[in-house]
Amino acid sequence: MGDARMPGSGRAQLAAAGARAATRDGLTRSSHRDRMTGALFLATLLLGLGVALLGLAAILVWSFVEGAPRLGLDLVTEGPSTLSPESAGFRTAILGSVYVILGVVILIVPLGVGAAIYLEEYADRERWYNRVIELNIQNLAGVPSIVYGILGLAFIVRGPLDLGFVVAAASLTVALLVLPTVIIASREAIRAVPRSIRDGSLALGATEWQTTARQVLPAAVPGILTGVILAVARAVGEAAPLLLVGAVTFATFNPSIFEGGYSTLPVLIYNYASRPQEEFRVLAAAGVIVMLVLLLAMNSFAVWLRNHYEQKW
Amino acid sequence: MASDVVASSERIGELPRPQLEATSSRYGEKAIKAFLFACAALSVAVTTSIVVALLLPTLDFFGEVSVSEFLTGTEWAPAFADASFGVLPIVVGTLTVVCWALVVAIPVGLASAIYLAEYAPPSVRKVIKPTLEVLAGIPTVAIGLFALVFLRPLAEDALPFLEWRGPFSVGVAGIAVGLMIVPLVSSVSDDAMRSVPSGLREGAYALGATKVKVATRVVFPAAISGIVAAIVLAASRAIGETMVVLLAAGASPNLTLDPTASILTMTAFIGQTATGDIATGTTQYNTIFAVGALLFLMTLAMNMLAIRLVRRFREVYE
Repeated sequence: MGDARMPGSGRAQLAAAGARAATRDGLTRSSHRDRMTGALFLATLLLGLGVALLGLAAILVWSFVEGAPRLGLDLVTEGPSTLSPESAGFRTAILGSVYVILGVVILIVPLGVGAAIYLEEYADRERWYNRVIELNIQNLAGVPSIVYGILGLAFIVRGPLDLGFVVAAASLTVALLVLPTVIIASREAIRAVPRSIRDGSLALGATEWQTTARQVLPAAVPGILTGVILAVARAVGEAAPLLLVGAVTFATFNPSIFEGGYSTLPVLIYNYASRPQEEFRVLAAAGVIVMLVLLLAMNSFAVWLRNHYEQKW
Repeated sequence: MASDVVASSERIGELPRPQLEATSSRYGEKAIKAFLFACAALSVAVTTSIVVALLLPTLDFFGEVSVSEFLTGTEWAPAFADASFGVLPIVVGTLTVVCWALVVAIPVGLASAIYLAEYAPPSVRKVIKPTLEVLAGIPTVAIGLFALVFLRPLAEDALPFLEWRGPFSVGVAGIAVGLMIVPLVSSVSDDAMRSVPSGLREGAYALGATKVKVATRVVFPAAISGIVAAIVLAASRAIGETMVVLLAAGASPNLTLDPTASILTMTAFIGQTATGDIATGTTQYNTIFAVGALLFLMTLAMNMLAIRLVRRFREVYE
């Protein structure tokens, strides 16, 4: 038992063997305990992740189960009704959403991309006003959506712009709401274009704008589009600010842009959901399905776009 | 050095001095730059408009109602004939929702983040991270409906010994808001933990630390400012959440901490009052703006704190 490696008196040998055994024992015991702790810890983490994924997935699954009885084409072709939930649908609200979103896209693409180009390509970070703009955009991204509703009510529906409770006012309000998201995403996309592309273009005599418009922007388009689509997807589901700029009207007619009442899909869902009758809640859940299908389509398109055009430099 | 080169080329007398300046004054370039600057500066105009839009009616409001009555009053009844404007019940209502939301979101979000940052193999991570991002995009009105029609009866079945009254409950609404902010907590803290340099981990492993110890005693403390930022951001999002509380927490401004009670939050008050018919310029109309201003200040303070914290961990490790 280790005699060859352990010369010396018998007592020393015993002591050494005891020490070795104790050490080995201590090591194995503690590593056993560590393995237990490790497994428990990992189990806790997986439990947390499971709760997160299952909890959020439950919302989707539940909506489909709850709304399934009302799924059908009349959900899209019928207008809203306060009297007959069995036959009411979301036609006018879907159209309202489409109009609002088209307006949002027309507004945010030039403004958001323009701001992102300025901040990434032109702005001198040493200047105080550029730092103010940057901090300001970060802060705007965290302003609660209902505060944008208040802004819309005071300045767009009434006040200086005085548009009234119309689709255009809703487009403008929601555009301001998602603008910071678009700017932040577009900046990421522009920043990902390597410096050498710009240097090459400038060295060949292109001006700053020629470089930006012909080299940087085309390379950044997939990233910018992904950001825009994700921002628009957020706008589609947004209801809170629209409560303040007139979307609660129970619109039974198809909307028009500058006059008359309108509603949007999430606001009509809210409207149905806040009624006590069971049938209206089923109808609201069916509306959620329509909205989720729309969002899923947009998100998948964004992911596809990102994967399809992703460029490795 | 450059002057030497020019001088030598002049001495040789073969090459003309190269033209290095722009040949025109490039007004087009300047106009484009001015337009792009205007796009960026629009954000400052938006902030200014928000402040002005909130401030003017709020000042009118405080012409009618004293600041101390607003901030310390315990009864909120702006629509009554004998109106009272104590904002405490709806502030406490909002904070109760935030507390319940954080009770759900902090453990669940941090567990997900630690798993994603320290344990998940790249293939698993590649699937779970985008999934969480997509789930973060579920419209809040859908979450509100889920809380009202599914979670609320479920809570009553699970905890029958509590005294449930009516269809609304601040606890259920808070848990639903918590579910909503989990992806935010997990994604920001995951980023913070991944930006901790791997040298710290390797050093700890070399000293014989186990994986659990590395995660909890090395990476977690090193990323703490980012993790706190994630929680502050999530709390700020929870304060500003409207549709879930409007649907699931009810509309009664009760000053209570009871999770089964129906309460009114600041956002729900704004949403609910603005949908009704109120004449412009009345005290009741101005109430929307006073509450909005308070909401704006609360979230602004939290966002500034979060931005500062995020910047700190970026500065340390990048």
